[in-house]
Order: sequence, then C-alpha cells, then structure tokens
Amino acid sequence: MKLGIMVNEGPYTHQASDSAYQFAKAALAKGHEISRVFFYHDGVNNGSRLTVPPQDERNIVKRWSELAAEHKLDLVVCIAAAQRRGLMDKSEAKRHGKDADNIAPGFRISGLGQLIEAGIEADRLVVFGD
Amino acid sequence: MEEEAGAGGKVKKFLYVNRKAPYGTIYALESLEVVLIGAAFEQDVSLAFIGDGVYQLTKGQDTKALGVKNFSPAFRALDDYDVNKLYVDEASLRARGLSAEDLLVPVEVVSTERMAEIMEGQDVVLSF
Amino acid sequence: MSKMLHTVNKSPFEHSALETCLRYARQGSSVLLIEDAVYAAARDTAVAQAVQEALKRVQLYALAPDVEARGMQNRVLDGVRLVDYEGFVDLVVEHNAVQAWL
Repeated sequence: MKLGIMVNEGPYTHQASDSAYQFAKAALAKGHEISRVFFYHDGVNNGSRLTVPPQDERNIVKRWSELAAEHKLDLVVCIAAAQRRGLMDKSEAKRHGKDADNIAPGFRISGLGQLIEAGIEADRLVVFGD
Repeated sequence: MEEEAGAGGKVKKFLYVNRKAPYGTIYALESLEVVLIGAAFEQDVSLAFIGDGVYQLTKGQDTKALGVKNFSPAFRALDDYDVNKLYVDEASLRARGLSAEDLLVPVEVVSTERMAEIMEGQDVVLSF
Repeated sequence: MSKMLHTVNKSPFEHSALETCLRYARQGSSVLLIEDAVYAAARDTAVAQAVQEALKRVQLYALAPDVEARGMQNRVLDGVRLVDYEGFVDLVVEHNAVQAWL
C-alpha cells in the first residue's frame, strides 16, 4: 500500500518525528511504499543538516536522510514554513540573499501542494504532531 | 469513495480538523494556508472546527497591538475558492458561550453525532 | 468494512484530546494510543472507567514501545490491545482513513 506521512513538529522537543520515523521504518519493512514524507510547521526543522546531537543520542536528521537514501524516499519540507523558520536550500538562500543554506541530504523544499498531492496519491495519510 | 474528476485526476474527500485557537500558536494560520493552497486541487473539501478551533472564526479579532497579522478575514475568502463546507461543533460553541451569530462566516453548526458521521466519510483527514 | 483509525498522543490528565476523540469515535472504529496517550491505558487511574466504557464501543490499542518506555507495561487495562510499530502499520492499512487528534 502507498502511505503518505506528515510531520508537524521539529526534532527532539516533541516525539512526533521519532514516532513518524519508527512508523516509516516499520511500513517499509512490511513492504509498503512511503510515497512522501511532508514536513510542516516546526517539522521543517527536521531537515536542518546543522543539528549536532550528543554522540550517544539518536541523530534524528541523519536518520531521516539515511532512510531516504536507502529507500529513495521523497522528504519534502514546506517552503512557506521553512522560510519562516530559516531552513534553506542553495537556490532559496541565493534568492533571498542569505549567506548560507542548511538543508540536509535527501530533503527538498517545495510547496504545500505537495502535501495535498500526497493526500490524493497515497492510500492513507498519517499525521504526526503535537 | 473516490470519483474521477473531469481532468482525469482523483477527487478525494479532504477534511481539515481545526482544534486550536489562533495566535497562541501558529497551527491555525498554517492550517488555513494549506486550505487555501489545497483549494486549487479541486478536491471535495470540508473544514471542521472543534474545541478551541471555534475561536478561529470569532468576529471582532483585532491584532494591531500584538503586531501580528489578523488572518480571520481570510475565512471570508474561502467561499471564493469553493470551500464552503464549514462545520462547527455545537457543544464546543456552547461551552465557550458562543453561537453562530458570533462567527464571521456562515457555518453549519452540527451535533456530535453529525460531526462523527462527517468524519467517518472522509478519505484524508488533516489535523492541526 | 473497517472504519476510521483514530490516533491520540496526549496524556489524558493534561489534555482533552482523548476525551474529545472518544466523543467522535463511532461504534466499530479503533483508537490507537501513542506517545503520552499510553498513560490512558493504565489501570486504577482517574480515567480508567471512561476508557473501559469506551471499550464497549471502540477497539482500543496502545503502542507497546511507548508503553514500555514509560514503565506502564504491567499496568495495562484488560481489553486494551498492545501493538508494535508494525502493528501500527497494519492498523493504518486495515482502516479506511486515519485521524490524528493532535
């Protein structure tokens, strides 16, 4: 089955991103397809490659990047939510005259339409938030 | 439950469930942004307002002194986007001393049973 | 046909999400308790009676990894079924749609 996932909170403060990750991993292990993971609200912060958690702690951002690489997941960060919160890719940084970008590997920035599209294309959409 | 749209695309029943008050957190504003973008996809859209979510629709919101944007007038624009199924939970209104006259757009005030029925018929539920 | 899967992630002692969810969850639908909502699955609490009452209408599940993380594994109410993440996936697949009561 095709599953879409929405993550509405950032890493570490809330459990939402952890729950979504464990759910995604289990779904993939069971042979389901994750058609898209859409990050919204503070959830966009899951896509910052500048997080440096203590070494004995899970690395939430890296974990998403690795899962994306392994299973060709489409990790989409909402552009409007990302701009508010300072999450940028190269072209966004250039467009807004910022001196750096911070998006993690495997993530891409796109519009809210991608969320609606995920809702239309996937057989189920599961929302994780707080 | 799915029908074929004219353009050959799918039409699904989308329900946006709003349970949070505006301004204290950003959820209400960013939920409305999804609704406005989503309207272009010509899906079968409904909005539910439950609990503190009903506060999103109250008349008289004035955010000047806060220095944030008052986004409540945007609810009036929803009809232009053919988003006109707004359901408000009766018990939530009553518990907050409000009635339909206190809201800035026409809504359908529904009982718990009716709201449960509306929810049950959806394909995609986006919760904020 | 299986109906709606409701998910709740808030402690019932702090937040009305579970109470609200149970008001709307129709006969034959399922409620999955995750994260802090798993405290609602414990015995001898102030909400246990309401949870047991709900069990007559809906099937209640609790996410075992969240139950165990919070040390509640020996206190789970009879009738509440424990599932792991794979069981969570199965529930999503078996129901028509998922509604998160955030």
